[in-house]
Amino acid sequence: MTAIDWATEFNHYTDEYAANAFAVWDELRERCPVAHSDAFRGMWVPTRHEDIVAIAQDTDTFSSRSPLVAQYGSMADFGIVVPPISSDPPYHTDIRRMLLPFFAPGRIELLRPSIEAHCDELIDGFVDAPGCDAATDYAQYIPVQVIATMLGIPPEDGDQFRTWVVQLLESAPTNIEVAGANLFQLFQYFGEHIERMRSQPGDDLISFLVAESHDVLGRELQQDELFGMCLLLLLAGIDTTWSAIGASIWHLADHPDDQQRLRDEPSLWPVALEELLRAYAPVTMAREVTHDTEFRGCPMRKGDPLLLPFPSANRDPAAFDRADEVVIDRAENRHLAFGVGIHRCLGSNLARLEVQVAVAKFVDRVGPFRLADADAVRWAKGQVRGPRVLPIAFG
Amino acid sequence: MKVRVDPERCQGHCRCIAVAEDLFEADDLGYAHAIGDGSVRPDQLERAQLAVNNCPEYAVVLELGP
Repeated sequence: MTAIDWATEFNHYTDEYAANAFAVWDELRERCPVAHSDAFRGMWVPTRHEDIVAIAQDTDTFSSRSPLVAQYGSMADFGIVVPPISSDPPYHTDIRRMLLPFFAPGRIELLRPSIEAHCDELIDGFVDAPGCDAATDYAQYIPVQVIATMLGIPPEDGDQFRTWVVQLLESAPTNIEVAGANLFQLFQYFGEHIERMRSQPGDDLISFLVAESHDVLGRELQQDELFGMCLLLLLAGIDTTWSAIGASIWHLADHPDDQQRLRDEPSLWPVALEELLRAYAPVTMAREVTHDTEFRGCPMRKGDPLLLPFPSANRDPAAFDRADEVVIDRAENRHLAFGVGIHRCLGSNLARLEVQVAVAKFVDRVGPFRLADADAVRWAKGQVRGPRVLPIAFG
Repeated sequence: MKVRVDPERCQGHCRCIAVAEDLFEADDLGYAHAIGDGSVRPDQLERAQLAVNNCPEYAVVLELGP
């Protein structure tokens, strides 16, 4: 197998990328700061912090209509909308305004006791064993339960959601049949669920949206908008948080000094978690070029997809001292793990709460831990990066 | 010294609240603003500076003044 030329053949769905993304970004930032890929319909990939911020802020030139890059076409052209992340102002502004109160810090903080109880219950299941898989026995369950509660869905449907989400993020962008089959099943599931919630409103997100839409939008939400928002909650809320929890545990397993320091100085947790979010930011977003333009000498054409790898911005030495190291007590940290500009992750308060509770509980309750088999760790491909297999040994 | 959050720039990351919860608070939408008139006591200055240096949107401003 020949080596991939990342500057011209960038492909985030390869094993090489999953295993070596940091080295790929480091190389590109130096050698070719805006890479290109014919395999993804002429996709552009900026890797420098400065460029990523400039593109995220320029919503006129770089539309969010297709936040996930598929090989075979733009999400928007398939009629798939997941507002507000897949939209631009002014529609974006209204939809986001409607959702913001549901994700504001005060409301999210109310979820803390149930997240703590769930993490404790999961840890009870393996704490007396010699080890666990921190991805499949722990991290993957935490956001699923939170999102199911938010959507008013029975927790036992969680396994099904996780399967749909993993397929949509890891396989669908390179396989149109997987995309179609999963979207069809999700649409059926949520079609029925939304009808149920309309007739029996509760304190779930769907009931909230149905009630708020009159005040904020002055109209009823259409079925495709409600479905899109449910789908977005799954896509944005599950893999991402699961990845951040897993990557943080992976780092601490591999760095006993950082682990011990957090046990000795628990007041470091808030800055430590921000640093882990910087260093192992899971989410790469995408944009679509709205008109022919030139960026950093690259001739971009209307409709070209563009990846926005926030994790690469977070490791740019031009923006961060010791960018390639985890400095566990880094006090000043303007990282972009939750993006920058008008599409700042709507769920960032929730994600932070989940990561904080899940990682601190794991460290406190299992005692010293390490990687059981570093070679067995497997990282996800695509736009959400985190460990999917993470064998941990206790003691 | 006073702190201020530029409402045009703030996107609701809430990093200022995390590092200086006695100086900033969030509204019902999750956007941040300074508490009261934003006055910073000498013992709060270090945290005020941290709030400035942790905002990804460069929305937090520390101003000289009474």
